[in-house]
Amino acid sequence: MEIAAKNIDAHVEEEESVNYLNATHTVKSWLLTLDHKRIGILYLLSISVFFLIGGIYASLIRLELVTPRGDLLTPETYNRVFTMHGVIMIFFFLIPSIPATLGNFLLPLMLGAKDVAFPRLNLLSWYIFMIGGIMMMYTLLSGGIDTGWTFYPPYSSIYSNSQVTLAGISIFITGFSSILTGLNFMVTIHTMRAPGQTWFRLPLFVWGMYATSLIQILGTPVIAITVLALAFERTLQIGIFDPKLGGDPILFQHMFWFYSHPAVYIMVLPGMGVISEIIASMTRKAIFGYHFVAFSSLAIAVFGFLVWGHHMFTSSQSMYAGMVFSLISFAVAIPSAIKVFNWVATIYKGSVSYDTPMIYALAFLGLFMVGGMTGLFLAALGLDIHLHDTYFVVAHFHYVMVGGQVIAYLGGLHFWWPKMTGRMYSETWGRISAVIIFLGFNLTFFPQFVLGYLGMPRRYHAYVPEFQFLHVLSSAGASVLALGFFVPAIYLTWSLFYGKKATANPWQAYGLEWQTPSPPPTENFTYDPVVTHEAYDFDSVKEISDARAKVAVTA
Amino acid sequence: MSEHAEHVPGLAHHFATMEQQKEAGTVGMWVFLVTELMFFGGLFLVYTIFRSTYPEGFEYGSFLLSVPLGLTNTVVLILSSLTMAMGVHSAQTGKQGALQFYLVVTLLLCLAFLGIKSIEYTTKVKDHLFPAYTTYNPVTKEADPTNTHAVPTKIKSEVRTFLWIYFLMTGLHAFHMIVGAGMLVALIWMARKGRFNEHYNSPIEIGGLYWHFVDIVWIFLFPLLYLSGYHLNSGH
Amino acid sequence: MNPVFLQADFQLNPTQASSFAAEIDLFYYALWTLTIVFTIGVAAAAGYLMMRYKRRSMGDLPEHIHGSLILELSWSIIPFILALGIFAWGAKLYYQLYTAPVDALEIYVTGKQWMWRAQHQNGVREINELHIPINRAVKMTMTSEDVLHSYFIPAFRTKADVVPGRYTMTWFKPTQTGTFHLFCSEYCGTQHSGMIGKVYVMEQEDYQKWLTAGGGLTYGMTPAKSGEKLATTLGCAACHKADGNGRGPSWVGIYNTPQKLTNGTTVVADDAFIRESVLHPRAKVLAGYDTLMATYQGQVSEEQILDLIAYIKSLSKGDATQSEPAVLGTAAGLSSVAPTATPAAALATPVGTEPAAKPAVTAPAKPMVKPVVK
Repeated sequence: MEIAAKNIDAHVEEEESVNYLNATHTVKSWLLTLDHKRIGILYLLSISVFFLIGGIYASLIRLELVTPRGDLLTPETYNRVFTMHGVIMIFFFLIPSIPATLGNFLLPLMLGAKDVAFPRLNLLSWYIFMIGGIMMMYTLLSGGIDTGWTFYPPYSSIYSNSQVTLAGISIFITGFSSILTGLNFMVTIHTMRAPGQTWFRLPLFVWGMYATSLIQILGTPVIAITVLALAFERTLQIGIFDPKLGGDPILFQHMFWFYSHPAVYIMVLPGMGVISEIIASMTRKAIFGYHFVAFSSLAIAVFGFLVWGHHMFTSSQSMYAGMVFSLISFAVAIPSAIKVFNWVATIYKGSVSYDTPMIYALAFLGLFMVGGMTGLFLAALGLDIHLHDTYFVVAHFHYVMVGGQVIAYLGGLHFWWPKMTGRMYSETWGRISAVIIFLGFNLTFFPQFVLGYLGMPRRYHAYVPEFQFLHVLSSAGASVLALGFFVPAIYLTWSLFYGKKATANPWQAYGLEWQTPSPPPTENFTYDPVVTHEAYDFDSVKEISDARAKVAVTA
Repeated sequence: MSEHAEHVPGLAHHFATMEQQKEAGTVGMWVFLVTELMFFGGLFLVYTIFRSTYPEGFEYGSFLLSVPLGLTNTVVLILSSLTMAMGVHSAQTGKQGALQFYLVVTLLLCLAFLGIKSIEYTTKVKDHLFPAYTTYNPVTKEADPTNTHAVPTKIKSEVRTFLWIYFLMTGLHAFHMIVGAGMLVALIWMARKGRFNEHYNSPIEIGGLYWHFVDIVWIFLFPLLYLSGYHLNSGH
Repeated sequence: MNPVFLQADFQLNPTQASSFAAEIDLFYYALWTLTIVFTIGVAAAAGYLMMRYKRRSMGDLPEHIHGSLILELSWSIIPFILALGIFAWGAKLYYQLYTAPVDALEIYVTGKQWMWRAQHQNGVREINELHIPINRAVKMTMTSEDVLHSYFIPAFRTKADVVPGRYTMTWFKPTQTGTFHLFCSEYCGTQHSGMIGKVYVMEQEDYQKWLTAGGGLTYGMTPAKSGEKLATTLGCAACHKADGNGRGPSWVGIYNTPQKLTNGTTVVADDAFIRESVLHPRAKVLAGYDTLMATYQGQVSEEQILDLIAYIKSLSKGDATQSEPAVLGTAAGLSSVAPTATPAAALATPVGTEPAAKPAVTAPAKPMVKPVVK
């Protein structure tokens, strides 16, 4: 990045001055803000609340499963608890997690833009999200839903005595928030790049977000129309999904997974983007094989649309369809493997920092490997017959969703925390909690692989006594994990008030977002950014800091 | 860039140039249309599957729809696409009066479409063809063998499935028309205030894209829904 | 808490009680080996590199490395080849799991919130239990009366969803006597976790004894008998005359044989076809017949349809029943997914009036005590 000395001069002076956080103070200025950074913060607060609610449900599940007899909750309650856990965590936490918080905050900064392409639409997305979220909370208070987050008919369309229609409508509404965010980001990446910020100079996080947006745009409308049709099926018996009326319940599964499998990549591609940024900055090296990592994101997004049938190997779809879906599922594993190998290769001959974000990145590598490799078990046809709908599946997707996305989200939150808030958190506590989360997570979910293979089916409220030992281990791990999630909540909040003030670039990282004060001013940059170097060119960071040092000396 | 940008009328603060703003709007609308395509795509999939499962139900169901009204609506929509295109052209060449004229004509054609659609819907409800359980009670062949539009009792429920798909697809399309009418009203209002000229007319262009998309959806809906049972006219 | 984990017999896999179990376990452990090798490999490499290249000072500026095409290609192609290998092994097992041997013992199962009903060929029915002989292939034809269920026997490593509106199938060959778990593994509502049962694998002669004694429950009539009675009650024979001169095709000898349809295609008159013909008579009409038959949807239960099928089957005993292994998945569908959804009209499935072949075993009306199997 080439920045004229006078610009550096300007922002050194302005570091303590007006920024996006203290520019205005009223509640109204936050609720009507068009600033992508403030909208990112609004999302951060809302999804944290949803994460807490989803987490409480998770705790109830683990508490219930300590004993085999199902003596804590009634079956009706338990079924609602695991459904609400899934629905809230997926639609209201994981899908918006990185895109809507870090994505909103960082994307324009990384591109060198003043805002996303459509700031009003961006605020509208948040309001739509909140309307959907509040409706879901109302659903929860008025009895919840007991269909599982997959809403399979005919149970959901006739037999369930819970608020399926209401839940369907809130997911329908929330879907539009996701679509509009994806649309906004895609247009922003296409049209709002600063001069010189070419496609192959983009940070890999932006590539990840681009691939994510693609899925949000192509997939989400399909789930929207599917849940809408389900709501009609339930209220008006339209006869599309209900076999008694001439409909086809398997059709629902096809339409549901056509979105919901790619949605898994909405939940992990942004995480991969975050890991690329962290590893590059924490090793001070360009990501090894930049083009391969960038294109693997797109490959995952595209192939991700062709593998939905691997959720239906036992559902009576034809054997040959199963084989095709299985083969493509194996193909989609390759781009993920490419990413992992390139990340490891990046560390080679780097200058590796052990700061908290790097600890999270390392945890991500290990957990994502296990999550990804166990995906191969499930994509393997003959083996999936046994593993389908058991705890093995539960363990697998938690390794990908929590071990992948949540860990990456926490890593990213720590990495950009100084930029977002202008404060440093306690590095010691950061590392301690990362380790607690890593250990607690493995203790919670590793036993579930064994449980699954032994035959413990999903969504069981009571189970046969021989599974108890592993369930107790898992519940014990869950309490460690819960502790691990509380610690960052405490020290991050603490840092807001007592944390050391952050400099513009506390990690000596590369990227446009580090070339503006922390927290950034409302207009993002005090100068017009022009990009002249490829991504992760740390030599240019040195040039800039040298220039800055010179300015300081002359001053 | 901020200082000089502020002075260009119609340029939002976060864009550097008019070209960038226009490009963002156009790309945005295209991306939105892709989303819309997937949205309708779900219903087209449902249509395809049930048409191949219940071919007879779809034939008889289709025969219940009014081809003259559907055809009129098709013509109305194609005309409205033409007037919309003329409107975009007028905006680009800076002809204020012509722009307003074409937009108003497009709006009138849109309302005509919705009017005809509502006549069709009311007729269906009156004929007990709205497929909710409480309202669905078509004339059966057994009850009235001379009625060409009577449905054989055996496929009553298949016809019902067809009618649901008809109402869902055309309902979703009509919803888009209503949104389009709102959009046209806003564009007419802006045009009357003289917002558009040779240099700034992207809302009109983007609105035009949306309008053509909605028309194209209908071009697919009309033959799939109205014409697949047309051959029953010549007896069955 | 029972410290099973500390006991010597704690296992990481369920008992291997079917012909599939050993190979599936081998596959499973092979994949774990691969997973551990890759995960430890990646973690060790990352850990070593982190220590080796630990940052010395804030001013460190490592050399710029772009990447390496050779490395990229090798770590794309080698995993891809491995993945293809895993695919092939999985697909092979899947094919086996989907291809029942011709001489398999056939059992019909209906799932219902929240119980499993199994019906043996001689009319013995049982609820939430399944008694089967050792070393004999068993083919389960299943459907649901209400919502989705899934028939899962971990010890056999088999599972198949049970779907309302269509037949699904699974098969296995038990290789060990004993009692095994039966679980419903597709979420089906409030008592989903209560929809469990036991599978009893017995020695051949014990099974025969159990079967002849009528199992635990009996309705005193074989499915074929019940089907015959039902066909009379419903008046099927009025059209489906045995001599083939009725308004509907004769049922005699029709089971599992190819039949020409009005639209020129050919269909095998298997279970799924018969079921469809009862419920949606116009979907596929045999050539030479008219679309006269009305649907029996709502008039017959899934179990009664199974009885009718057993009856029609009994009219063809001796020939045609499975001359080649049935590929289960494709036979199962009745709509979009499977390629059976040919547009056409109806069949009228015929009833023969001849009291044809009698089922081999007639169950006595008297219930008796279940044999206890360990």
